[in-house]
Amino acid sequence: MKYAGLLVMPAGFFLSIAALTLFPAPAPRAGFVLCGLAVEVLGLVVAVRGHMQARGGSRP
Amino acid sequence: MIPISPAMTDAAFALALALLLLAPLAIAGVAFINTGLGRSRSAAQALLGNLAIVAVTAIVFALVGATFAGSLPGTPGSAGFVFQAAGKPWNWLGAGPFLLGGLAAAPAQAQLAVLFEFMAVAMAALIPWGSGADRFRLTAGCAAAAAMAGIVFPLLAHWVWAGGWLSQLGVNFSLGAGFLDPGGAATVHMFGGLSALAVIWIAGPRKGKFPKEGLATALPGHNAVYILFGCMIALVGWLAWNLAGALIWLHAPLAALPVTAINTVLAASAALVATFTVTRVRFGKPDASLCANAWLAGLVASSACAALVTPGVALAVGFIAGIATPLLVEFLELAVSIDDPSGAIAVHAAGGLLGLLAAGLFAPQQGQLVAQLVGIATLLGLVFPLVYLLFWVLNRLHPFRADADGERIGMDLHELGGGAYPEFVIHRDESYR
Repeated sequence: MKYAGLLVMPAGFFLSIAALTLFPAPAPRAGFVLCGLAVEVLGLVVAVRGHMQARGGSRP
Repeated sequence: MIPISPAMTDAAFALALALLLLAPLAIAGVAFINTGLGRSRSAAQALLGNLAIVAVTAIVFALVGATFAGSLPGTPGSAGFVFQAAGKPWNWLGAGPFLLGGLAAAPAQAQLAVLFEFMAVAMAALIPWGSGADRFRLTAGCAAAAAMAGIVFPLLAHWVWAGGWLSQLGVNFSLGAGFLDPGGAATVHMFGGLSALAVIWIAGPRKGKFPKEGLATALPGHNAVYILFGCMIALVGWLAWNLAGALIWLHAPLAALPVTAINTVLAASAALVATFTVTRVRFGKPDASLCANAWLAGLVASSACAALVTPGVALAVGFIAGIATPLLVEFLELAVSIDDPSGAIAVHAAGGLLGLLAAGLFAPQQGQLVAQLVGIATLLGLVFPLVYLLFWVLNRLHPFRADADGERIGMDLHELGGGAYPEFVIHRDESYR
């Protein structure tokens, strides 16, 4: 699950980059960049949860 | 082609050089804080590690990193590697001379830029070292620092400072002045903070930190004097760092520098006062190490915005950093099971993020906030997974974590054969029972 989260994060980055090229108007561009960031945060949350689950199974 | 900056006056050059010679005090301050926040039985290893990492990053950056950072305009190949997409140039990798060839003949400002990058890469690599305290092996720490200095930092430095695609967002996409990071909030601190998270995940928590039942065990830093003295030294270094960054990367006039310095002091001061108050209210007494963390978080936030905002905004940014830092430290430890002895994620990653957002919100240029968001997205979505992958591979080749015996007797005895405080009695750690 941690690795799935880490793989989602670059997808968010490419969304943000796509916003620059696809949307010349400021408002949709900013919105799409924010969506990309939201995807990254989602990936980070998944990675954190995956890490916590893995830790839970191996606590000393 | 890397844009040639307007020529620097002799006075500005001399001042920037003098400031850069003071900037290592910020590195020294962080090294003291890292050491003080660790345990006494690992203090010598921690401080030696800080020194070794500065040395390794300098060598690796000179050998490899500076070539790919491409901060020497006018030298052969300095245009870097550019591809075209959607009709725009994307300069993604520098191609400077090998081993800093031609440095002496480069324009004065370019030489200062390279010197700034040497300081920056050392600071960035120190940050994960502090987070791996008490279990991160010295050689593994140096290997991680080498990977940061040779692979990831040059990419970031090129993108942000040396005419790379992030710095050209303003020219190519009308996003303000492009991604702005004069003091290294992204290139140094967010990068370092995210690298710290990768180290923490890979190395795991200190033994006994998270018992099977109950709350996390408190493993307080061993020397509050180191921590607080480190904060004082760091202030001097940070002032120098922010002023030098404003001169080199923003071409700020000399008359703008006092405001930058005042903003730096205000951000740190507001952060300290806020955390002092928060911890006083929450725990009944102010917490020294959290106050130190907040001071540093205020300084980190100022790295992005001190040269771009008014004193009132700097005060507000510091205040927010001061409220957020202790809460985030607590959240990461208690809710997310992250054992970060130096608080690098809250201080450097979150502090840098806050400063970058403030720079975007309050900079006068249109579209600056979107440029800052794209820079943040790059760090979080591209740089962090890349660093994690690099560290994961490194950990397979050369494990980050010391063996159980090393953790039990302390990293000083395990790795160096002698302690930092040989005349002190080392108490047995109850958590190993």
